[in-house]
Amino acid sequence: MTATYTPPAELRVDCVTLTAGARRLVSDVSLTARPGETIGLVGPNGSGKSSLLRAVYRVLRPDTGRVRVDGDDAWALPARQLARTVAAVVQDSAADFDLAVREVVAMGRTPHKRLLAGDTPEDADLIDGALLAVDAVHLADRPFDRLSGGERQRVLIARALAQQPTLLVLDEPTNHLDIRHQLSVLDALRRLPATVLLALHDLNLAAYYCDRLYVLDDGEITASGPPSAVLTPQLLAEVYGVAAEVTTHPRTGAPQVTFLPEEPRR
Amino acid sequence: MTQAATGTPAEEAAPRRKTTRPETGRTRLAVTLLALTALLVVSATAGLAIGSVQVPPGQVWGIVTHALGADWQQPDWSRARETIVVDVRAPRVLLGAVTGAGLAVIGTALQALVRNPLAEPYLLGVSSGASLGAVSVIVFGVTLFGALSLSVAAFFGALGALLLVYATARTGGRITSARLVLSGVAIAAVLTAVLDLLLLTTDRGNEARAVLAWTLGGLGGVNWGTLWLPSTALLLGVGVLLVQARNLNLLLAGEEAATTMGLDVARFRARLFVVLSLVTGVLVAAAGPIGFVGLMMPHIVRLFVGGDHRRVLPTAALGGAVFLVWADIAARTIAAPTEIPVGVLTALCGGPFFLWLMRRDARRGTDRGVA
Repeated sequence: MTATYTPPAELRVDCVTLTAGARRLVSDVSLTARPGETIGLVGPNGSGKSSLLRAVYRVLRPDTGRVRVDGDDAWALPARQLARTVAAVVQDSAADFDLAVREVVAMGRTPHKRLLAGDTPEDADLIDGALLAVDAVHLADRPFDRLSGGERQRVLIARALAQQPTLLVLDEPTNHLDIRHQLSVLDALRRLPATVLLALHDLNLAAYYCDRLYVLDDGEITASGPPSAVLTPQLLAEVYGVAAEVTTHPRTGAPQVTFLPEEPRR
Repeated sequence: MTQAATGTPAEEAAPRRKTTRPETGRTRLAVTLLALTALLVVSATAGLAIGSVQVPPGQVWGIVTHALGADWQQPDWSRARETIVVDVRAPRVLLGAVTGAGLAVIGTALQALVRNPLAEPYLLGVSSGASLGAVSVIVFGVTLFGALSLSVAAFFGALGALLLVYATARTGGRITSARLVLSGVAIAAVLTAVLDLLLLTTDRGNEARAVLAWTLGGLGGVNWGTLWLPSTALLLGVGVLLVQARNLNLLLAGEEAATTMGLDVARFRARLFVVLSLVTGVLVAAAGPIGFVGLMMPHIVRLFVGGDHRRVLPTAALGGAVFLVWADIAARTIAAPTEIPVGVLTALCGGPFFLWLMRRDARRGTDRGVA
């Protein structure tokens, strides 16, 4: 299981519509992530980013459309089987139970284990590796519910890594993280031998770390493509309603968004 | 687990090293389980020895081994003593151990399933549902399932109450402690009221009195002929839960997260609700509703072995067994010759524990900035 290399997955979201009761969350959205790509989902609050991710990690069932991972309909596979391919870092989590960090990360091994199988040395190595990747080895024996928000977030990412996904889905993984850990977590994600789909708030981080971006606005994709093509002053004005200047950063070569707060407002 | 030795501030500055490997936890678990098993043997011996007729522990073991067919001691005891130990006390001690173990594992699983540390069959009204089911059978004289009628009815009562509490307490996919406890208390109150009504309006005076004593929880009245049912239920329950221990762990991460790790949460919860109701029903039919064991044991055990269900479940089972055996010894002896219902004693310990737990959780909540 550990020795075999599985190539990154391909994700195709075809014409997905999601609703909650009478409310339409996402309308007719299509998105692809080619094997190994890091795809960023950006857009204002409430634009449907989390909902779309939920449809991919099998929590919110699409009313119409399909989510395909390596060609298989994600919603037709048994949950366990999908969990060996797709891992997710979701946005809730408050356990009142005394689990140590290591045990939380060990949960990620569950879809790979038979019910009564114990943790093997290979599992332990994977868990150590996952903790190392998010700079959390020193937290291993601490109780999870005593960690700070940023520490927790890193541990949850480690848990997803321990799942050995070929597609990793993350909802605002840099929330609660300080700058150093925002960068180190995103660096770690880029190094993964997996396709990554993540929702991000910070457009500059998205521009630097993602191969392609999809912009969601009010449940619809309004733009997609490489960051330099997507992040334009016009688009930012339309979608976010703010004035911004976009330059190419001399050192990183990535688009750099600077917001100009005074202009259209007040 | 391992947090006792670490988790100090110095840990922060410690250099990178290999983290605690699972082997360490395994040794510690084995030691804990072994110690608790020894404690259970000692407790059971005490349970057989203590009472209106005191039997010395050595003689207890002589009688027990003799009854098992292995004489390592010349029988030098009276026939009456043998009867007391083998036919009166032994089934009672065993029922105490079985019930204590069962309630502890049910509480453990329930706390994970509803994701709330205050969950417990008695507090959630599940035991009341089981009681109502069982009492209906007695009062109306239903014998549809023969000797099993009582347990079958208790099972359906327990399942009904559990589903009702769960449905009432859940809003928007979450169950807050306040709502859970309030719905549990309210539903338990209604069920108990219906039960009282049944008892008061029934014209079978003697049965009503017998039932009233039973509703307070007690281990008397058991004999070798009736012990097999709760024992089977316990083995079934512990077996199922141990097999599902990893999945119970997943639930601690939250429902969405559990789904992303491959658990079909709704189906899993429905199945385990049935199993838990079955075990609760059988135990309540045998011993009456005994409260707070299922609340206390999981929490005490987690302090020692951490939160992983693969370790909590067996440890809680043994701890619950030890606890209830001693509670029953106390129930028989404190006010002898009057016997106190053991449920009264567990409530005396459990009530304050519940309050402490509630305050602790409130404190932790504010620490984390979560209400």
